[in-house]
Amino acid sequence: MARLSIIVVERDRERALRIVDGLMASGDHAITVISEETGLARKIAEQKPDIVLIDVADPSRDVLEELALVSGPMERPVAMFVDRSDEQLTKAAIEAGVSAYVVDGLKPERIKPVLDAAIARFHLFQKMRAELAATKAALEDRKIIDRAKAILMKARGIDEEAAYALLRKTAMDQKRRVADIAQQLVMAAGLLT
Amino acid sequence: MSLQSLRLGYVPLTDAAPLIVAHELGFAAEEGLRLDLVRVQSWAQSRDLLGMGAIDAAHMLVPLPIAQTLGLGPAYPRFDLVMMLSVGGQAIAISQPLADAMRSQGHGFAFDDPISAREALQAVAGGQLRVGVPFPFSTQSELVRRWLDGTLLAPGVTIHTVPPPLMADALAVGEVDAFCVGEPWASYAVERGVGTLLLAGRSIWASPPEKALVLTRDFAESRPDETGRLMRSVWRACRWLDRPDNRGTAAEILSRPEYLNLPPELSERGLLGRLHVSASGEVRHFPGFIRFHDGAVNFPWRSLAALLARRIAAAHGLDLTRAMQQATECFRTDLYRQHLRDAGADLPGASARIEGAMAHPTAVASEKGQMILAPDAFFNGETFDPSFAQR
Repeated sequence: MARLSIIVVERDRERALRIVDGLMASGDHAITVISEETGLARKIAEQKPDIVLIDVADPSRDVLEELALVSGPMERPVAMFVDRSDEQLTKAAIEAGVSAYVVDGLKPERIKPVLDAAIARFHLFQKMRAELAATKAALEDRKIIDRAKAILMKARGIDEEAAYALLRKTAMDQKRRVADIAQQLVMAAGLLT
Repeated sequence: MSLQSLRLGYVPLTDAAPLIVAHELGFAAEEGLRLDLVRVQSWAQSRDLLGMGAIDAAHMLVPLPIAQTLGLGPAYPRFDLVMMLSVGGQAIAISQPLADAMRSQGHGFAFDDPISAREALQAVAGGQLRVGVPFPFSTQSELVRRWLDGTLLAPGVTIHTVPPPLMADALAVGEVDAFCVGEPWASYAVERGVGTLLLAGRSIWASPPEKALVLTRDFAESRPDETGRLMRSVWRACRWLDRPDNRGTAAEILSRPEYLNLPPELSERGLLGRLHVSASGEVRHFPGFIRFHDGAVNFPWRSLAALLARRIAAAHGLDLTRAMQQATECFRTDLYRQHLRDAGADLPGASARIEGAMAHPTAVASEKGQMILAPDAFFNGETFDPSFAQR
């Protein structure tokens, strides 16, 4: 069976490498990474790939839409994978954040392993991004709670433990997050000084 | 009262203003809605999110739901266009080398004369012109074709999709010689010194429909209450946007980091109709450069669906009559009438018209008596009469 020619459109080098790694594990493919958006249409047209993989949210996707449409009788037709073949797989891909453009007539059993590998990688990116955001938010929360505690300790002459207990009780009474109460306190204190 | 949440997709452009204003100025909250605005980066992404049900409604290029209806996209549930959001707002820009050549031959860049502009362009283009547009199915590509078809230059014209934020780059590196795009991305290219504005979209076609509110048919029909509330809040935002005093405020809101993330001075140009055609600051006044409401902007004329479908069908080898018929079915004049009557929208007696027939504001029969339609003429006097689109 001939090797599949795959293009990955990805600006971030680190991410691109991870995607390529994942694809290599799914079979013997010829993989090219395009990391610059200028000349994208020309570069893809020259390579005549079987599959193009790109982040669902990449602005350059609209360029690929055009390639998928204009392929004339002399060129190899390109169909969007988000198409009629496998709805489940398509949905999984979009949810994971990857879209695929596949040359028309390529057999589903050849597409699936590639898509599965790409989906797995993009899932990982999403998880990493979510974790990073959660860590950042938690850090922000801690900072604001520390400031609120300091304000309470000074204003009411109580120790740290009592200050936190007070914040927590207020939060529970008002059915709010401790960090939200702390935020309000810090803001109010800012207005009073 | 707890608010009902709806997720709305928009692409960061000046003409996303109706959704942003509906949210920011409380028109949505008045209808009991909380709008969760999702910024998307491409029209393909907007279409996919709507098709997959990840958003409830989208700010979309008018021809996009038509293309979906004609089967020229992924197999998603049917899309319906329930109201227009804007008319105009597009500008054609050309590269600096072409602009310099045209200037040296005496072209004055008046910004409103398609015939002298294309003659001057033809004289310097060397028989070839690569034009960038934001999407294969876009009002921009319709405008470029209408403007250049039938000229000596036409055989050498090729149209290429370039994402709007990248238009300036594409012009700078010579990937395209010209582009037609919605604001603020034409002004952005001028500001960067890589392009000169040649024409307003409205100088080619007085009322080019640009963006629309699009829902899946399933949502529009199974959730009429929310559909109505959404349409009314967006319609009121459109009305607010067309009060001249509000445009400056609108520019401020739009420019914020969470929306367009550009200097207000840039989005203001299109909104106020004061365009800088070149980096040296030559200003051209184009009143009503973009409109959101006045002159019956929001009514989804079925004849427009047919007009736009015709060119799409011809380019993709589809049966023209059938395509035009199909396209009219996704323009939901019935839902427009049903949901906006109570908000105070005047409703035209007919749902289709002869496109291009009005060179001046024209009074037509409406439910309240008479309403004024804005001019919709093409620069070359063509008209389009889809008698079958009437219903």
